[in-house]
Amino acid sequence: MSPPVRTKAPAWAIWLPLGLFLAFAALVTIGLFRPADRTVASTLIGKPMPAFALPPALPDRPGLGSADIASGKPHLVNIFASWCIPCRVEAPQLRALAGAGVPIVGISVRDSTEALTGFLKENGDPYQRIGADDDGKVQLALGSSGVPETYVIDGRGVIRYQHIGEIRPEHVAMILAKLQEASQ
Amino acid sequence: MIAELGLAALWMAAALAGLQLLAGILALTGRGASLGGIVRPVAAVQGVLALIAFLCLIAVFATTDLSMKLVAMNSHSLKPLIFKVAGTWGNHEGSMLLWVTVMSLAGGFVALVERRLPEPTMLATLAGQAFVSLGFYAFLLIASNPFDRLSPVPEEGNGLNPLLQDLGLAFHPPTLYLGYVGLSVAFSFAIGALVTRQVGPAFARAMRPWVLGAWIFLTLGITAGSYWAYYELGWGGWWFWDPVENASLMPWLAATALLHSVSVLASRDALRAWTVMLGVVAFSMSMIGTFLVRSGILTSVHAFAVDPQRGSFILALLAINIGGALTLFALRAGTVTEGERFALVSREGALVFNNVMLSAILGIVLFGTLYPLVAETMGAKVSVGPPYFNPMGALFAVPMLVILAVGPMLRWRRDSFARVGRSLVIPAMLVAAGIIAMVVVGGVGLLPTLGFALALGLGWASVLPLKGRNLRRTPLPIWGMVLAHFGIAVSLFGMSCESAFSVEKLVAVKAGDATAVGPWQIKLDAVEPMAGPNWTALEARLLVRYGDYGKVTQLDPQSRSFWAPPQQTSESALLTRWNGQLYAVLGGEADDGRWQLRLWWKPFVPLIWLGGVLIALGGVLALLGRVASDLRHIFAREKIAYRRGRMADLQRAQEGEEP
Repeated sequence: MSPPVRTKAPAWAIWLPLGLFLAFAALVTIGLFRPADRTVASTLIGKPMPAFALPPALPDRPGLGSADIASGKPHLVNIFASWCIPCRVEAPQLRALAGAGVPIVGISVRDSTEALTGFLKENGDPYQRIGADDDGKVQLALGSSGVPETYVIDGRGVIRYQHIGEIRPEHVAMILAKLQEASQ
Repeated sequence: MIAELGLAALWMAAALAGLQLLAGILALTGRGASLGGIVRPVAAVQGVLALIAFLCLIAVFATTDLSMKLVAMNSHSLKPLIFKVAGTWGNHEGSMLLWVTVMSLAGGFVALVERRLPEPTMLATLAGQAFVSLGFYAFLLIASNPFDRLSPVPEEGNGLNPLLQDLGLAFHPPTLYLGYVGLSVAFSFAIGALVTRQVGPAFARAMRPWVLGAWIFLTLGITAGSYWAYYELGWGGWWFWDPVENASLMPWLAATALLHSVSVLASRDALRAWTVMLGVVAFSMSMIGTFLVRSGILTSVHAFAVDPQRGSFILALLAINIGGALTLFALRAGTVTEGERFALVSREGALVFNNVMLSAILGIVLFGTLYPLVAETMGAKVSVGPPYFNPMGALFAVPMLVILAVGPMLRWRRDSFARVGRSLVIPAMLVAAGIIAMVVVGGVGLLPTLGFALALGLGWASVLPLKGRNLRRTPLPIWGMVLAHFGIAVSLFGMSCESAFSVEKLVAVKAGDATAVGPWQIKLDAVEPMAGPNWTALEARLLVRYGDYGKVTQLDPQSRSFWAPPQQTSESALLTRWNGQLYAVLGGEADDGRWQLRLWWKPFVPLIWLGGVLIALGGVLALLGRVASDLRHIFAREKIAYRRGRMADLQRAQEGEEP
């Protein structure tokens, strides 16, 4: 015959769940406000850009090949599309970067000449060259999984940094720093 | 226009939730007793308005109204209609609206049908429900309005992640949400009972159907999610201890514990404080899980739309709701009078033991899920995986499964192992035989061996509660319990066999080449291009045969390329036999024209999900049994009231005749 079990908890145990929850809340608060590292190390970082050659997307400027980027100076390669909403969000930042003298080349994914012209008219045009990636093959080859994405390529054509998602105003300084690093 | 209607309905629903909270508080504190009468109808109307808002959102998604920001960001005119509709809840804003809608509908339903509890407890419950809803309405309207317009209107939408363009997944999130939100009702009942200090069997009976219902949906949701990950991701695994999976598992563990303790409270009036605490914890786990997934705090990899402001908003909601409820619990639990006592060896004792084990597993999963975050704040990046979760979970799952086999045969209050010992001889022998068999086979790990043996023993023991009963008069809840426990044995058997006997093979073959995996002969016939509504694919034609004399069957795994947004997925091909599944994935093409094929033979793997369905079905039987007996009680009470009324009428009539 076993003794009866007391089913009433001691006083401290009653506060235990609250204590655990407060510890959890403190932890996630720290996690939430810590500047998050949203970069995904693409397997291509530190490697030369895969070879490609894209036809011009617009009649008024040349298309884009991997040889155009490995021209001795660091470049930004921006993968974008006129149908992509975050691309509108990052347009002012790209204009600012182009204004600061950064050579920016674009890969427009699955786009039409008319839509692209309209997009550039509306959101500004920072691109020296735009290649038309009509089937998204180059985008996949670069290890990019969505638009927009931006790559920092050094003068030898090696991928130094991959920025996933739109470039926000707070990212501009960081991207300039990456370009600086790439030019050394 | 439809969007504006939806937004208006959402604002009105939020206002009514505020009114419901205010009227409830005023009525409870005695400053407006007459206001108590409006709480129930207000709750019902609030549910209807939330439903209208959600239907409006479905309408704009179905018609691909690209002037809507949410539609443009997440949908595409080329998508099949079913995925346009499912896209409504395939994004942050839409899924939060679905959450609020289900929660308000559940609250309205409780308000209309639940009449057993004392009115003050009911008022406190509905006020609590309104309080929680109000937080989520504020979150929707302030930080994630699903009805925002976009100007200028884009020509085409961004598309839905192709991984999500799958019929199973279209209905997976709503199922889980029904479960999460069902627990919100249990949470509100717990708050109501704490406020009025009326924790007892009546409270447990009111809460039980909601816990059961939520638990059924969670079980189905987890089972479906696991099967989706298994065939859609093409990795051959069925559980990855991913934060998103853990987020659904934790509320299930808490709900399972709650389900059992609420039964003890309903039938024996014991475990009062513990049940109330689990009621708070179960919904807290739903909210924490949703927060972890939605805030992107853990899965920062590809969450483009993660917004720290949103994260802080949800965190504040969590702190208010969970922190508030646990504080109320700490303040009131001491004054909740102690329930009935029981001996260590008794049905209650076994249930308490398993409750503690479930809570321990819950703690392990929660800790493992959060540990990367802890490490990251200290500057290290780690990922916690199966090497932690499997043995740590098993540490508590194994004793739990042993007691699970014994517990249902013990009597309430007080019992002895000697009384039930004889019926446990066969299960014990089965466990021993299982272990011996696995050792003889050799090369099987400790956990699969234990799982296999316990599955055999539990499979037998789970039906023992039916022994000596008249099967036609056995109550439905007993059938439900037996079925659910048997389902655990079935699922465990599948898991153990999968991890002990799976055969994997990675080969590169030319068209016309043959290979073999396990008992299967496989020939690659050809690889051909295919086109779907919004994708193109390479499809392999495999001719497969089981053993030397089996029938030749064709399998067609695909490698699909979606174009909006551009992404590649592999569609695995499965062939199910009674004793397992053949799983084939088409990989890339090598330079010399050979194709990579990944092949698995997984013995008894479908039993994992069959077990999950049986567990849920057990829940359905129990729920039907409870609801039926509740209805019988209601009818009986009405009949008694009616007869009393008739008697009184007759008496009055007689008195009227006499003088």
